[in-house]
Amino acid sequence: MKADTHDWKLVGTLDEIPKQGARRVHHGDRTIALFRTQDDQIFALEDKCPHKNGQLSQGIVHGNCVTCPLHNWVISLETGTAQGTNEGRTQAYPVQVRDRKIYLDFTLNQVTC
Amino acid sequence: MGKKAKKKRLVIIGNGMAPGRALERLFETAPDAYEVTIFNAEPRVNYDRIMLSPVLSGEKSFEEIVIHGDGWYVQHGVILYKGAKVTSIDRAAKTITAEFIPSSSGHAPLEPSVSVPYDRLIIATGSSPIIIPVPGHDLAGVLSYRDVDDVNAMLLAAKSGGNAVVIGGGLLGLEAAAGLKEQGMDVTVLHLMPTLMERQLDPVAGHLLERAIKARGVNVLTQANTRAILGDGKVERVELDDGTILPADLVVMAVGIRPNAQLAKDANLDVNRGVLVDAAMRTSDPNIFALGECVEADGEVFGLVAPLYEMAEVVAAQLAGDAGVTFQPKATATKLKVTGINLYSAGDFAEGDDREEIVLRDAARGNYRRLVLKDNRIIGVVMYGDTGDGPWFFDQMKRTADVSEMRETLIFGPSLTGGIPLDPAAAVAALPDDAEVCGCNGVCKGKISGAIAGLGLKTLDDVRAHTKASASCGSCTGLVEQILMAQLGDAYSPSAVQPMCGCTGHGHDDVRRLIVAQKLKSIPDVMQALMWKSSGGCATCRPALNYYLLSTWPGEYADDAQSRFINERVHANIQKDGTYSVVPRMWGGMTSARELRAIADIVDKFDIPSVKCTGGQRIDMLGVRKEDLPAIWADLNATGLVSGAAYAKGLRTVKTCVGSDWCRFGTQDSTGLGIKLEKFLWGSWTPAKVKLAVSGCPRNCSEATCKDIGVICVESGYDIHFAGAAGLDIKGTELLGHVASEEEAIEIIAALTQLYRVQGRYLERIYKWAKRVGIDAIHAQVVEDKERRKALHDDFIHSQSFSQADPWAERVAGKDAHEFTPISVFNMVAAE
Ligand SMILES: Cc1cc2nc3c(=O)[nH]c(=O)nc-3n(C[C@H](O)[C@H](O)[C@H](O)COP(=O)(O)OP(=O)(O)OC[C@H]3O[C@@H](n4cnc5c(N)ncnc54)[C@H](O)[C@@H]3O)c2cc1C
Ligand code: SF4
Ligand code: SF4
Repeated sequence: MKADTHDWKLVGTLDEIPKQGARRVHHGDRTIALFRTQDDQIFALEDKCPHKNGQLSQGIVHGNCVTCPLHNWVISLETGTAQGTNEGRTQAYPVQVRDRKIYLDFTLNQVTC
Repeated sequence: MGKKAKKKRLVIIGNGMAPGRALERLFETAPDAYEVTIFNAEPRVNYDRIMLSPVLSGEKSFEEIVIHGDGWYVQHGVILYKGAKVTSIDRAAKTITAEFIPSSSGHAPLEPSVSVPYDRLIIATGSSPIIIPVPGHDLAGVLSYRDVDDVNAMLLAAKSGGNAVVIGGGLLGLEAAAGLKEQGMDVTVLHLMPTLMERQLDPVAGHLLERAIKARGVNVLTQANTRAILGDGKVERVELDDGTILPADLVVMAVGIRPNAQLAKDANLDVNRGVLVDAAMRTSDPNIFALGECVEADGEVFGLVAPLYEMAEVVAAQLAGDAGVTFQPKATATKLKVTGINLYSAGDFAEGDDREEIVLRDAARGNYRRLVLKDNRIIGVVMYGDTGDGPWFFDQMKRTADVSEMRETLIFGPSLTGGIPLDPAAAVAALPDDAEVCGCNGVCKGKISGAIAGLGLKTLDDVRAHTKASASCGSCTGLVEQILMAQLGDAYSPSAVQPMCGCTGHGHDDVRRLIVAQKLKSIPDVMQALMWKSSGGCATCRPALNYYLLSTWPGEYADDAQSRFINERVHANIQKDGTYSVVPRMWGGMTSARELRAIADIVDKFDIPSVKCTGGQRIDMLGVRKEDLPAIWADLNATGLVSGAAYAKGLRTVKTCVGSDWCRFGTQDSTGLGIKLEKFLWGSWTPAKVKLAVSGCPRNCSEATCKDIGVICVESGYDIHFAGAAGLDIKGTELLGHVASEEEAIEIIAALTQLYRVQGRYLERIYKWAKRVGIDAIHAQVVEDKERRKALHDDFIHSQSFSQADPWAERVAGKDAHEFTPISVFNMVAAE
């Protein structure tokens, strides 16, 4: 059996984020954007577009992507990678929803698979 | 300069689609041969009659279906007498006499009649709807369905709701019924025969159609014979032979048409059911041609445009001196123009001993196809549901192709027959060059692909302009696009078709029309009904849809904040570092010591790094932290300062000069007018930003002539300008009109803004919209036509009644609080 090595921190509840919207989590110097999709999935990305650091939390959420408010790059919420012909990647964070409560792991000591 | 040969005089009676096409061709081949005069009993230019149904259902406006605007007649030196009915032809003297019909607006014509000589005459009087002479057929409220006046009368009647009875379940009757239903009436269709459209459809397809019509909430009674229309002075009821009584506020008779041949008959021309013509389209008098629905050729009369357009080619060629081009009636295909119902029929599909049939039914999808074969050749096609292969079958039929080789798979269409892949583009690519694509204009595939290659055409509009394909009823648009696609590959960029975005094949205008026509009231509704390809849209279509819904259903549609760009969601402008800028409204650019003091205090209190004056005479505080926004707004509100909407696709600023208050040149109170305009227009959402300016004299210190809307005050009143630009593009304004009073100026500006709100595509600035729809068309609606102007103005006021709440005050009071605070904060110590 493999132990869950995640360090889950409670950051809020599903109902605090509008559908197709985002909220920010401040963690020291880092800001992490939490996204809620139309079908209530939650994703967490560093709040910086790989292009020019636009705040992704201020973008428009559609499907499982967000469009950066500065220059309309489209970023995958699942992986943080830029879509289409643009190249770049934003850090994605593990996130979990249990009982409508959202838990985030800031540690990034997991190998993403 | 050489002496010009004297032009021959060509006179045309009737200004319908048929002579319109003939003239287009004539001007192409022999532009200087004739001096043309047209008499039209209808008081208007040539328009696309077959598109009346989309006008009735609200999917198009009359302006959109005009074929030749007034300018076209001027350009070609054509004299068009509108509202003039030709009453006699004197063949011996070669003259015609016309009487002017007094217009409904009560203008008496200058002279009651006019006589004009001709060298060549074209009779193109079209046909008239048949009115069945049942008792009560002449009551007020009994209409036919033929022209714009009929449509306007129906739209007027539909305004008060109630019951409509449509007599006749053919093409026109069903289109009228669907349109009236869209307009909110309870509609019953009475049809004499057991199944609908029995002349074009077999009973099975007729039943499928009946089911689809009923599913839209239209009541259908077949084998119903009208005995009488009852009512006291106006329609109240319809009585059937079996004694059934139906309530009716409106009766539309659509039971058939009769060629208008009386005028020709009175002139002793040979007439049978229609005006008789030979293969050169000449009547029994060689100087007189006849053309269109008034004609009988080869024992046939006609009711669809395709053959009429062929006649037009012949008449044009004959007039240009080419005697070789002649007319042979051909089979034509029929389609019903009711959004969401697809049917296609061509040829003969009666059963017979010498005939075979192939039928395909797919009940689950509501598809039905039947081919009638004789001697291994297709002689009839009926399709219901998926009709995409219709033109291919029709093509096989017209060229009497032997289909025995592909009989097994024939019914599945070209995609299976011959092993062609099911990809629609490939299926179109497989069409032979002489396959007809556009039935209305008789354009075959080869002509389209030839024009694309030869003229380097890139867009649908190009193809329409050069070949006419899909320019009439539009139902072959998809095919034409696929030809473009097949030919240009990647070079046919989606932006050339201009769908709104990758989520849909519909363009902005179509989406808008369908929102209105299908009464779609939310973004998910639109995406469902218009079959969006993505589940939740994208950052391009969602803001556009949000705007279209907001502007179409004021007071009803609940704004979707998540579909707005960040600036409009939080009512401030995002900056490159993620901070925001705040611009309070200063009406007409005026401010005061109190306001300036409040701003100064706020800058200190919140440590705002930059303060700047904007180009629109406002003060901009830059570098504000998002978290501070509500508190800053609260302080601004306390001094009476509200949002300046510097972030909005909406009214931004009205810039003014000091005008007659202070300036020695000022002719009017430009500042006062600017403030009035800003107080009237603020809060409105528009397709893109709107900036105004008012200058007190032509020295124009507020630079009004590069604004979206500008006013220049002069001694005698106000010059209203619009469609300027001073951004990526630079463009001076166009003069919209001159008025004497402020009230009138404000009414016109409100009407202009409203017209832009309902016609502009999302993100299309006023100057681009004006370029697209034409300055004249805008002028006609917001200046000339006072009723339309007033209606637009009133619509604007209605919409404004829901939009003038200060968004800052709402947020200070707690709205959207989640926007301005993080969901949680961890300091580093706690996290490590
Ligand atoms: C609602 C509707 C939907 C239709 N849908 C389709 C469709 O989907 N597909 C299709 O192929 N066809 C369709 N049609 C038929 C098509 O519109 C007609 O076949 C075509 O417009 C006829 O053109 P025309 O030029 O012969 O006559 P018209 O367009 O009827 O023009 C005749 C004109 O002459 C004028 N006139 C008559 N007498 C005189 C006179 N004595 N002096 C001066 N002027 C006179 C009339 O006012 C009229 O404006 C539809 C028709 C209607 C009404
Ligand atoms: S699109 Fe940019 S930051 Fe973004 S994403 Fe862009 S410039 Fe940025
Ligand atoms: S536009 Fe005319 S009225 Fe206005 S400030 Fe300039 S000069 Fe004076």
